[in-house]
Amino acid sequence: MKFTKDHEWVSLDGDIATVGISKHAADALGDVVFVEVPEVGKTVSKGDSFAVVESVKAASDVYAPVSGEVIEANDALSTAPETVNSAAEADGWFARIKVSDAAELDALMDQAAYDAFLATL
Amino acid sequence: MTDQTLKTTPLNAAHRRLGARMVGFGGYDMPVQYEGVLAEHRWTREHAGLFDVSHMGQCKITGADAVAQFERFVPGDYEILKAGKQKYSLLLNTDGGIIDDLMAGRPDHDGLFVVVNAGNKDEDFAFWTANLQGDAKLTVLDRALIAIQGPEAAEVMAAHEPVLAEMGFMETARLMLFGVDCYVSRSGYTGEDGYEISVPADQAERIWNTLLEDARVKPIGLGARDSLRLEAGLPLHGHDIDPTTSAVEGALTFALSKSRKERADFNGAERILKELADGPTRVRVGLVVKEGAPAREGAEIADMDGDVIGKVTSGGPSPTLGKNIAMGFVPPAFSSLGTELKVIVRGKSADAEVVAMPFVAQRYYRKPKA
Repeated sequence: MKFTKDHEWVSLDGDIATVGISKHAADALGDVVFVEVPEVGKTVSKGDSFAVVESVKAASDVYAPVSGEVIEANDALSTAPETVNSAAEADGWFARIKVSDAAELDALMDQAAYDAFLATL
Repeated sequence: MTDQTLKTTPLNAAHRRLGARMVGFGGYDMPVQYEGVLAEHRWTREHAGLFDVSHMGQCKITGADAVAQFERFVPGDYEILKAGKQKYSLLLNTDGGIIDDLMAGRPDHDGLFVVVNAGNKDEDFAFWTANLQGDAKLTVLDRALIAIQGPEAAEVMAAHEPVLAEMGFMETARLMLFGVDCYVSRSGYTGEDGYEISVPADQAERIWNTLLEDARVKPIGLGARDSLRLEAGLPLHGHDIDPTTSAVEGALTFALSKSRKERADFNGAERILKELADGPTRVRVGLVVKEGAPAREGAEIADMDGDVIGKVTSGGPSPTLGKNIAMGFVPPAFSSLGTELKVIVRGKSADAEVVAMPFVAQRYYRKPKA
């Protein structure tokens, strides 16, 4: 699993990336009450706002950690957005993206680097 | 880390010890949540929530001319307000716009005790200093303000001072509580029964901790304070009402006393009376958003043809109702209960309907008739 400085995570299996927001991000947001996942078939570029996560207080953009085509969205979050809080880095995934350039992941942080990054915040 | 540009309340250290997440609000470093907004919201609706609202402005306006001078800028009748009562009102500019909303009461026989919003207090105090005439005098009180709200608040407080249980909604008193001089009112900003207690700053932490020893009481942050007041249909100044909004537009005509309307002797009376007679161009309404994301401040409101007719001024999920609710302004032709409208969130149009406020029934304590 790799992480961005915007607190998204990516887990690559072949050329399919599962993406979500980190446990740190979910904890910082507090109670998640609404998730807007991207439409299947949409093409996203790394850094695009491709989903929205809302707490009681506010809406926050989620940025695509990799470029590619959205092939699956986690529709279960529409009825159970709290899954993002309870399992941010597992069942709380947002979408699966067929990556167009796997090399983009090289620039992301591994768990140790992300933990070190969090310690600087 | 404390943002050095933010002021702190006397309870800042207590919030940090409780593990609160702190944010800047109204110029102060304030707790937005402790345990979590949803849990705190629900706790307040079911038990008793304790709020630090010391960021709000507290002052007294005293002197023989105090009430007459105060009345020049508010549309409420304070001459007839009896000792022991308080009244919600609006500080008005010459156009009848709302500089701030406030609570003013007579907890004792020494003028008016007034509570104003944190973000406006410096401006309010400067306004009164500049405009109060005769011997009316403004004294800013450097005290802490603690609110306890919820269905168990009265029982919690009665254990400390039985007389508090006898107070009715919007009654106020100055009395010895926790061994110190306090101003207490039976009021709040959640729609629940409860009290706001003004205490000496150096006693705040002791009183806060004493109240938290009661298992029925938990600390509640500004996040839940906002979702609770939204459910109660109460406007937030700077968002739902501001210096361009009139009391009529803001659906706050209950704050216009009959005698004052007849005398038309307050700031902006001309505009307000005209709007009462002819109708305003826009009015604050409650909305339920029937699908999709919460509609928050700034979201456009459209009619069924898709024409934009207004804007949401606050909104979000209602933990009590399990629906997304909002307040916003629309032309009066679209303000009837049951009117079908659209709200536009991130470019997507969602069905909404005008509903009555409060969204969640208020549970203020009314004294039984003697």
